[in-house]
Amino acid sequence: MSDARVTVAKTYKLYLGGAFPRSESGRTYPVTDAKGRFLANAAHASRKDLRDAVVAARKAFGGWSGATAYNRGQVLYRVAEMLEGRREQFASEVAASEGLPAKKAQSLVDAAVDRWVWYAGWTDKVATVLGAANPVAGPYFSFTVPEPTGVVGVLAPQRSSLLGLVSVLAPVLATGCTAVVVSSAERPLPAITLSEVLATSDVPAGVVNVLTGKASELGPWLASHADVNAIDPTGAGPVGRVELAREAAGTVKRVLAVPEEEPDWTAQPDIARLRQYLEPKTVWHPMGV
Amino acid sequence: MATATLPVALADATRDDASLRRFLHGLPGVDQVGVEQRAAGLGTRSIKKAAKLWAIDTAISMVDLTTLEGADTHGKVRALCAKARRPDPDRPDTPPVAAVCVYPDLAATAVEALAGTGIAVASVATAFPSGRSSREVKLADVRLAVTSGAAEVDMVIDRGAFLEGRYGQVFEEIQAVKAACGDAHLKVILETGELATYDNVRRASWLALLAGGDFIKTSTGKVSPAATLPVTHVMLQAVRDWYTATGELRGVKPAGGIRTTKDAIRYLVAVHEVAGEQWLTPTLFRFGASSLLNDLLLQRRTQLDGHYSGPDYLAVD
Repeated sequence: MSDARVTVAKTYKLYLGGAFPRSESGRTYPVTDAKGRFLANAAHASRKDLRDAVVAARKAFGGWSGATAYNRGQVLYRVAEMLEGRREQFASEVAASEGLPAKKAQSLVDAAVDRWVWYAGWTDKVATVLGAANPVAGPYFSFTVPEPTGVVGVLAPQRSSLLGLVSVLAPVLATGCTAVVVSSAERPLPAITLSEVLATSDVPAGVVNVLTGKASELGPWLASHADVNAIDPTGAGPVGRVELAREAAGTVKRVLAVPEEEPDWTAQPDIARLRQYLEPKTVWHPMGV
Repeated sequence: MATATLPVALADATRDDASLRRFLHGLPGVDQVGVEQRAAGLGTRSIKKAAKLWAIDTAISMVDLTTLEGADTHGKVRALCAKARRPDPDRPDTPPVAAVCVYPDLAATAVEALAGTGIAVASVATAFPSGRSSREVKLADVRLAVTSGAAEVDMVIDRGAFLEGRYGQVFEEIQAVKAACGDAHLKVILETGELATYDNVRRASWLALLAGGDFIKTSTGKVSPAATLPVTHVMLQAVRDWYTATGELRGVKPAGGIRTTKDAIRYLVAVHEVAGEQWLTPTLFRFGASSLLNDLLLQRRTQLDGHYSGPDYLAVD
């Protein structure tokens, strides 16, 4: 009986403002595994989906950035728990997408969960590390506190479909920024499953928006969008990155400096990505008598 | 409006209460499914590039920039007037809006701030938004608006009386307000969200047109649902039929709930298709809105700049 069963071919959708809509354009594209075998259909996001995603991310920014660091840490840790619960699904998707043996894929998924936990732990520590009580020549207390930059556009790595994605997304969320993510074009399935995880965890709607589609098509619109405050061009490739930097200059965005080639994501990160998405605010306060 | 120039059938309708009722109940019923489907169908029409830019500019010039909050201050009204004059200061070619709409006690402030600009001041009146007060109070409200210099008065009809079938009373009240308006244009708010059926919307539209309203307006913005496309279709049909019957051009103003450029363009398509091209002017079609203007300006910038803009670049109101 089980031999005769016809498998359910999936057509996935976008993750936008906490919901899973189809692309406004109605486009989809087939996703294959590393050997070219059909896996599923994914939505092919258009620039209007991107525009809607930025609106959703902006709407969510006030609440997410205003949440206490402790609360954000709890929410992100909950996401790590949910990731852990879907370990097997992620492992099989990573194995199929990246053409890896099951054992290697499993270790990448574990690393991704650990990475998420690591960033979740940073939410209430980053202000202590990057903030300061400044010694000043006058009767003032002078404090510097880091504040989240705003809406961040993330072009996720094209090759590392889960660990790479988590490594670029988690620091955005840990600082209190909201994200518009363009997933890997050829390997979007782990990103789609991650959206399902985010939708069923405590992350408020719109904090993360995941678009599946081409970085070359969506990147320039993301970089030139005046309501996006920072951009991570990792998934754009060496040529696309230059164009993005040029587009972003018109609205003076933060453009993350990333290496030419995708780095080894298994290496333990430092807090450079957290620092990128924080703006220092310095307050001078007169000393009391 | 000079009822003397009305065709016999219409003049006859306003003779007394019974004939008014006979006329309004004799109007053809609205095909609910048909009008909703037609509105939804026209809403899918795609307007792009130069046509979109034209539609955005036209919509901006049709906006009645509105603030009707208990917390309104003179300062807020002045700020709104500044925005009405120059909606997008970075782009001086942006057209000004049609009017600023405020409560009557703030009308004088708006008149002063808009002197010499050609932008009209509209004031709500007649115990807005509920309309629940005596005739004297309502007329005093209108007089306050008119003496403050408002060029347009937005009155609310007595929905209670209308729903009870006391059409004559509603008719007389609109006439009395029209008389109190003097030279000011009268917009009659039907508050379609409280009228329950499209048939009632059609009757109320004709009642307001018979009584001399220069504009018929969907809603106060305080009741949900406010303006909807099908309701606006019914009202546009009424002004079109009025024009056919009398040769007089009357206007329509949807208000409340129109927040995006996409919505506004759908309404313009409806105006063009249902009433006709000659209604595509601020003298005959208005949007009662506050947040719509910013979205129109953002879309205008997107069209001209080639990239998306953000609310950080516009005045918050």
